[in-house]
Amino acid sequence: MIKIAEEPMMNAQIPDGPIESKWANHKSNIKLVSPANKRKYTVIVVGTGLAGGAAAASLGELGYNVLNFCIQDTPRRAHSVAAQGGINAAKNYQNDGDSVWRLFYDTVKGGDFRAREANVYRLAELSANIIDQCAAQGVPFAREYGGTLANRSFGGAQVSRTFYARGQTGQQLLLGCYSSLMRQVDAGTVKLFPRREMLDLVVIDGRARGIVCRNLISGAIESYAADAVVLATGGYATAFFLSTNAVNSNATAIWRCHKKGALFANPCYTQIHPTCIPLAGESQSKLTLMSESLRNDGRVWVPKAKGDKRPPSQIPENERDYYLERIYPAFGNLVPRDIASRAAKRMCDSGHGVGNTGYAVYLDFADAIKRLGVDTVRDRYGNLFDMYDEITGESPYQLPMRIYPAPHYTMGGLWVDYNLMSTIPGLHVLGEANFSDHGANRLGASALMQGLADGYFVIPYTLGHYLADSKVLSAKVTTDHPAFKEAVSAVTEQTRRLVGASGKHTVREYHWKLGRILWDHVGMGRNAKGLEQAMSDIRALRDEFWKDVHVGGSDQDFNKNLEFAGRVADFMELGELMAQDAWHRNESCGGHFREEYQTPEGEAKRDDQNFCYVGAWQWSGNPSEPVLHKEELEFDYVHLAQRSYK
Amino acid sequence: MKVKIKVWRQAGPNEKGAFKTYDVDGILPEMSLLETLDVLNEQLTKAGEEPVAFDSDCREGICGACGLMVNGMAHGPRRKCTSCELRMRHFGEGAMITVEPFRARAFPVIKDLVVDRSAFDRIIAAGGYTSVNAGSAPDANSILIPKDKAEKAMDSAACIGCGACVAACPNASASLFVGAKITQFSLLPQGQAERDRRALRMVAQMDEEGFGNCSNHAECEAACPKGISISNIANMRREYMHAGRVYEEHAGGGGAG
Repeated sequence: MIKIAEEPMMNAQIPDGPIESKWANHKSNIKLVSPANKRKYTVIVVGTGLAGGAAAASLGELGYNVLNFCIQDTPRRAHSVAAQGGINAAKNYQNDGDSVWRLFYDTVKGGDFRAREANVYRLAELSANIIDQCAAQGVPFAREYGGTLANRSFGGAQVSRTFYARGQTGQQLLLGCYSSLMRQVDAGTVKLFPRREMLDLVVIDGRARGIVCRNLISGAIESYAADAVVLATGGYATAFFLSTNAVNSNATAIWRCHKKGALFANPCYTQIHPTCIPLAGESQSKLTLMSESLRNDGRVWVPKAKGDKRPPSQIPENERDYYLERIYPAFGNLVPRDIASRAAKRMCDSGHGVGNTGYAVYLDFADAIKRLGVDTVRDRYGNLFDMYDEITGESPYQLPMRIYPAPHYTMGGLWVDYNLMSTIPGLHVLGEANFSDHGANRLGASALMQGLADGYFVIPYTLGHYLADSKVLSAKVTTDHPAFKEAVSAVTEQTRRLVGASGKHTVREYHWKLGRILWDHVGMGRNAKGLEQAMSDIRALRDEFWKDVHVGGSDQDFNKNLEFAGRVADFMELGELMAQDAWHRNESCGGHFREEYQTPEGEAKRDDQNFCYVGAWQWSGNPSEPVLHKEELEFDYVHLAQRSYK
Repeated sequence: MKVKIKVWRQAGPNEKGAFKTYDVDGILPEMSLLETLDVLNEQLTKAGEEPVAFDSDCREGICGACGLMVNGMAHGPRRKCTSCELRMRHFGEGAMITVEPFRARAFPVIKDLVVDRSAFDRIIAAGGYTSVNAGSAPDANSILIPKDKAEKAMDSAACIGCGACVAACPNASASLFVGAKITQFSLLPQGQAERDRRALRMVAQMDEEGFGNCSNHAECEAACPKGISISNIANMRREYMHAGRVYEEHAGGGGAG
């Protein structure tokens, strides 16, 4: 059972002053490391996506000695690469009334009032600098004929503030970031360690001082010491097995840090993205996202009649239910993701779903093609249409897409203060790996913004503050310290235990089963009974895993089964915490929808009296008995209100 | 569906490799080739054999991690399609599918189908960037770029760094990869100050990594999952020649393509 900490309230170190000047004041007041001293500091950055890559490059530019790790064979493959639609910025280039304030407001409201106001405001402030930085790197953003940057609209906003590079915005931003990173590699400030998986954090005298990782080629367990550690290892949506994340995306780095003392915040806030290609069979390894930008021009509908199996072309206009436009006339097809996903689920659960399984809705471009012409539609979405065609064998130019929600992003993550530092001094957490900016639901085109803001513009300041303030330099450690030896032997022992396990079932089978439990009970709709069931099922599955898993191969070799085994073992602990967090939060907010708490129209019903806080969990040594800490959320600027997109 | 997978097995970089053929059953036409390899690996793991090692990550054609020679073609028979996007409906019932690693001197085999493509990173480190530190950029709209130029730059920037161009080339040349990056920056106002230096350094690094030269086979363009045009190579040569005239003292040995 869960416990509540005796002194549960956390301090987020939010600077004083009005929200518009908090970040500026903070930057003026924090401590600095002099240029001559920066090279004396070693900083470990784990992850090379938008947050990690940007952090490593920027810290390298400042002159720190950076060690940058990733599990892929090259930094350019981090999963930020797959983000399709765009990146928000409060540039107001369209003259349509956008401002830092409006982006801040939309993000707080979109997150269903469960994000920290001060962080969100800073994010909105920094958004404009990101676009400048990326354009200067040579990111080929979409342009108008006059040469200015183009924008499109995304869900949850009534202004057009999303910058994009075809349907490959994440790829282009990541390649920009990667090029800056490789420039620092060339300059000698950053040293790359690809194909390394971080398996433990080394804490000495209460501070993060290094990591232990496995070389994924040779199997060697390696130690690295530093003066601070920055984690940017992404989210945990692959706990569901089937998600839009990459097959190697995992929570191991953040989970191992959690077990070393870092609090894990809001693990139940998961985002189920509304527009993904539906599941086709049991051997499927992932679900493919179709960018939210498609909802700019695509219209979502289902047949009005239940169980209507006619092909879409034979269903006349008056027998179609464009349910998002009907229920949410102000935002229409551009409602936030959580709302669109639940609406699709309700339609399918009530028998209106389409396709073989009945678990899909149509996303139709016929009207857009009529209105704009096929060339314009191809210009905007061509690569997405091709991708859909390649996967399903159907052309969206001729037939409506079939889509269904899928796990996509996790708003929860390691708890960090305003400086992006976790509860372990010296351990900083950026991007999706932290919890801070999106509350209970992330708006489209905001993940890229947050990752890059954290990496390019926040950590270069706050890390210097930590280093200057903590005097770690006077207490240099090396990997000869006993804490490294201990961590190495613990990691080695677990690796040997896994590789020696000779049960009957494969790692993938356990991961698939865990995903099933989470999808059924900790997915789009949750209730107390189902969550209790999930907790007990996960506990049973975890016991069975350690008794009956078969990994095989050697620990001294490239061994995919072994990599996955460690990740799945962690997911089976984290999965239980996701269920516990969802079970304890007796309200609905954003992506966390408890069926017991809904408005008569079926929308999420918050309980601000009792749950207007961040739930930050402490590891107790037993995955079934986590300890709850709370960070109270205060809304001084955007007043608490029922979210409405009607 | 039932298929036969004839796959290259090689225990390590210095071990001798060989083909081995496996039967795989229960395949659906909508599954990808990599999912078929997943099924094969489950089968092998359960039988106590070593699964086939291969790289993959996003499984939606954008990260560039997967790269297989399928029936002798880089990423298989479909145009503009990565190995992970390749669906089994393109192979017939009972088909024999031959799967090999990308082969090139500059891409040494690590294990089975996994190769070392870090040469690409070193080429980018030699100049595939604009030198602009975080925080020093001017307002994005202060640099206007005509739409068609931005679109052309995007065509070149679409490269996913998979290495299919190298694997498909009879000379194992990396010219399409290098040409695409040089071309992207040659089209944009950003980074013009280091345009010549970039072309010289990237080409020199390409040569140093042991890639072959281009002799206009155009296999790279045919194999490229993002459809990057061979005209990028012509542009690289133009850039290199121009840079060579500017920096004559630096341009020695090797050559563009």
